[in-house]
Amino acid sequence: MSNPSGTKPFTITRRDLVVSGAVTVAVGSGSAHAQTSEPKAKVSRASQPTMPVELIANGTPHRLTLDPRVTLLDAMREHLNLTGSKKGCDHGQCGACTMIVNGRRINSCLTLAVMHDGDKVTTIEGLGSPEDLHPMQAAFVKHDGFQCGFCTPGQICSSVAMLGEIRDGIPSHVTRDLMAVNYSDEEVRERMSGNICRCAAYPNIIAAIREVHEGNT
Amino acid sequence: MTDYHFDTPAGPNPIDQQKIIGHPHDRIDGPRKVSGQAPYAQDYRDGISNIAYGFIVGAGIATGRIDRIDTREAEAAPGVLLVMTHLNAPKQGPHQHDLAPQLTGPEIHFYDEAVALVIADTFEQARDAAKLVRISYTPKKGRFDLAQERLNAVKPDEDEPDTSTGDFAQGFAAAPVQLDVTYTTPDQSHMMMEPHATIAKWEGDRLTLWTSNQMVHWAIRDVAGTLMIPEENVRVLSAFVGGGFGAKLWIQSDAVLAALGARAAGRPVKLALARPQIMNNATHRPATIQRIRIGTDPQGRILAIGHEVWSGNQPGRKIENAAQQTRLLYAGKDRMTSHRLAVMDLPVGNSMRAPGEAVGLLALEAAMDELAEKLNMDPVELRIINDVQFDPEKGPSRPFSTRKLVECLRHGAREFGWSKRNPKPGQVRDGNWLVGMGVGSAIRNNLSKNSGARVTLRPHGSVLIETQMTDIGTGSYTILAQTAAEMLGLPMDRVEVRLGDSRFPESAGSGGSWGANSSTAGVFAACEQLRQQIAQKAGFGGAELTFRGGQVHAQGRSVSLASLAGKNGIAADGTIVFGDLEKRYAQASFGAHFCEVGVDRYTGETRIRRLLSVAAAGRILNPKTARNQCLGGMTMGVGAALMEECVVDTRFGYFVNHDLAEYHVPVHADIPDLEVIFLEELDDKSSPMKAKGVGELGICGVGAAVANAIYNATGVRVRDYPLTMDKLLERLA
Ligand code: FES
Ligand code: FES
Repeated sequence: MSNPSGTKPFTITRRDLVVSGAVTVAVGSGSAHAQTSEPKAKVSRASQPTMPVELIANGTPHRLTLDPRVTLLDAMREHLNLTGSKKGCDHGQCGACTMIVNGRRINSCLTLAVMHDGDKVTTIEGLGSPEDLHPMQAAFVKHDGFQCGFCTPGQICSSVAMLGEIRDGIPSHVTRDLMAVNYSDEEVRERMSGNICRCAAYPNIIAAIREVHEGNT
Repeated sequence: MTDYHFDTPAGPNPIDQQKIIGHPHDRIDGPRKVSGQAPYAQDYRDGISNIAYGFIVGAGIATGRIDRIDTREAEAAPGVLLVMTHLNAPKQGPHQHDLAPQLTGPEIHFYDEAVALVIADTFEQARDAAKLVRISYTPKKGRFDLAQERLNAVKPDEDEPDTSTGDFAQGFAAAPVQLDVTYTTPDQSHMMMEPHATIAKWEGDRLTLWTSNQMVHWAIRDVAGTLMIPEENVRVLSAFVGGGFGAKLWIQSDAVLAALGARAAGRPVKLALARPQIMNNATHRPATIQRIRIGTDPQGRILAIGHEVWSGNQPGRKIENAAQQTRLLYAGKDRMTSHRLAVMDLPVGNSMRAPGEAVGLLALEAAMDELAEKLNMDPVELRIINDVQFDPEKGPSRPFSTRKLVECLRHGAREFGWSKRNPKPGQVRDGNWLVGMGVGSAIRNNLSKNSGARVTLRPHGSVLIETQMTDIGTGSYTILAQTAAEMLGLPMDRVEVRLGDSRFPESAGSGGSWGANSSTAGVFAACEQLRQQIAQKAGFGGAELTFRGGQVHAQGRSVSLASLAGKNGIAADGTIVFGDLEKRYAQASFGAHFCEVGVDRYTGETRIRRLLSVAAAGRILNPKTARNQCLGGMTMGVGAALMEECVVDTRFGYFVNHDLAEYHVPVHADIPDLEVIFLEELDDKSSPMKAKGVGELGICGVGAAVANAIYNATGVRVRDYPLTMDKLLERLA
């Protein structure tokens, strides 16, 4: 890395820094663009390319025309008003945005909506409502599997799909016998580790999942 | 608003019935949270149309100034409504408490400080255009390394940075057994799951902020002060907060910039800090260097105890008061504590869960373990013989209101099987695992804050509670409902709770573990007021009242609350006002943590095998939500011991690992089934609720218990937190 602690002026944009990991020393791109009064909003030019996409959200088909950069998470939250799924990081690091797409759990912030034409997407709203909770939602309430509740929609979507993965015999990093995948707290902790809970209701989440598993067997 | 003055210890009151208080009710906000229906700051839709999106451009240097900022490319980008920089930002008020006004000039104070705000039609457009703002800087040499800046640290301009009792220097020099050790703790990040986020909307000169904030009345004060508008023109809504841990005590750049952006754009604006911006743009817990000296007699009785702390911060900012618990925790005649503050150019340091104690106990409780070994004593016994039932700096004239540290230690030792611990380190093996046990004491100062609420008996006999209080995962909704249900003899499903709206009565807010005790006491005060109004309406004069089953009984008569409520209901406001009991009595919650770890002898990987916390924190208002708070604290303490560290690039002056992939927090696989035991206790000096803080107690001392267990397992003592595998590996035999 070049050392910017000298006094030579240099110009960087955030993108340079992110992409190259180095400080780009460049000639300033023109004179300062000084304004002195509060900026006036101008009419924006919506010349962005868009793409059509059909998403089956919690059983209901929706035709949308979207900027291709819109993530599945933002399509649900900002375009379909399904705000139950949360954006904790937008970088696939926390699991708060977990949805179930065609039966598999995914981080919806890490995938673009237009990649899901025709896909069946289940969000937390699709699992149950306050009046009619899904067994996993009810178990989370009973075992106090949350505090602030922000990671919770992701934890619950993840748990529901995760139990399916164990039932289907899909092994994990901690599975000892790959031919005999069985439910255990250790398996669940491993498989749920992509869903961070900073409030750390972890033991209660495990208890909730265990109860649903036992109810199913 | 009627004030309920709490300046003498609480006598018997309806809370003591404990028909509803003290029971493990499920959270009443639970069904909404688990179904995605609880609205957090970014989830609001109603009454917000034509919303625009903001994105912050952060400084690419830590200190220096902007020479040129060219926004033309960004402004020309599709969808962009405006770009605001220091060149065109409106004038703002002076520094408000914790909040610096935004975009005030070309000077850069820390890395990722906001230097521009982009507002666009969509989030994607704003984010993209933010990368087109071209900036040239003249960087300055910065102060980024605490180990170096410590030499320039000075006595800070704060209440009591130092304390001294007796003659520490002499007492320590004369002590037959001496320990003198220095520990370091790194900068840490709150990493709450919900980023700082705000929706701002103007209607004329009135501003509404849907934001994620722990302290609604502070937010009003600071927003109004920064924007230079009257407080009554600002409304703040913070009904659900996706975690805070101190990060959301004071408003951050999102709130101010959303408000400025919305005013300039003439549209509501939604603005969240992107996860990678949070650690540098917003606050963190500052790193510390801590020197601890303890002198004892040969039996282990402390004669002299000294704790010195160095931390750094931006100019005019606070210390990390990591010696505060050492003023109260153990006996000893000759004592000193001191805090020194170095001015640094790292991002702003501020409160994180149990500021002071959380990192102070990482050092003190590990030092106690070292001392026990030196004395050839059991570490539990060493703590017990140094118990003190009064403030050891002030003497017996200031007793503790309650203090069950010894009971916590004894009870925990029994439950945990402490007697099976081999005091000689490195002796116990389980396959490749080296196994050890450790203990740590917990103390957290009990704070209280005046708190108000409005309680309304509604026409059909149900009750509505309204208060500015917030629920950051702490269970406020539920314990406030339990308080009113107990006071008014109603079942829980007849009580509705609305929180986090600045139009409601001002409350304690959530912070410093004062929330539960103070805000329930506020509801208690309002219910006392309502009970009197009900009695008057029922014609009961000053008679003894019993509220039961939706009825009020007195003088052999019963009247239903529904009939008394009439068509308009009865509303009562009340505020708990705390007097000087916390000066006359030392007040704190206590606990003891017991940990068993396994350390892989080949890789140095540490796994928590068992962790037990025993806590005495006054009345436990709801054992289910209180236990969960302890789990959270314990887990964050495990994080502090094993993994959490904002890594400072001392050349460029920023936290390198500024996201959740690189700043490691404990995940499911790190945390086994933890155990929490509450000892029965009522503290009549704390409030009419007789409760104390519990939300931070769990983190206090637990990291040291982990570190001590690692030492017991391996014989390797690391005084530089976190205890990552690299630090162990090089010293494992
Ligand atoms: S928001 Fe998608 S993983 Fe964090
Ligand atoms: S409940 Fe707050 S992050 Fe999980």
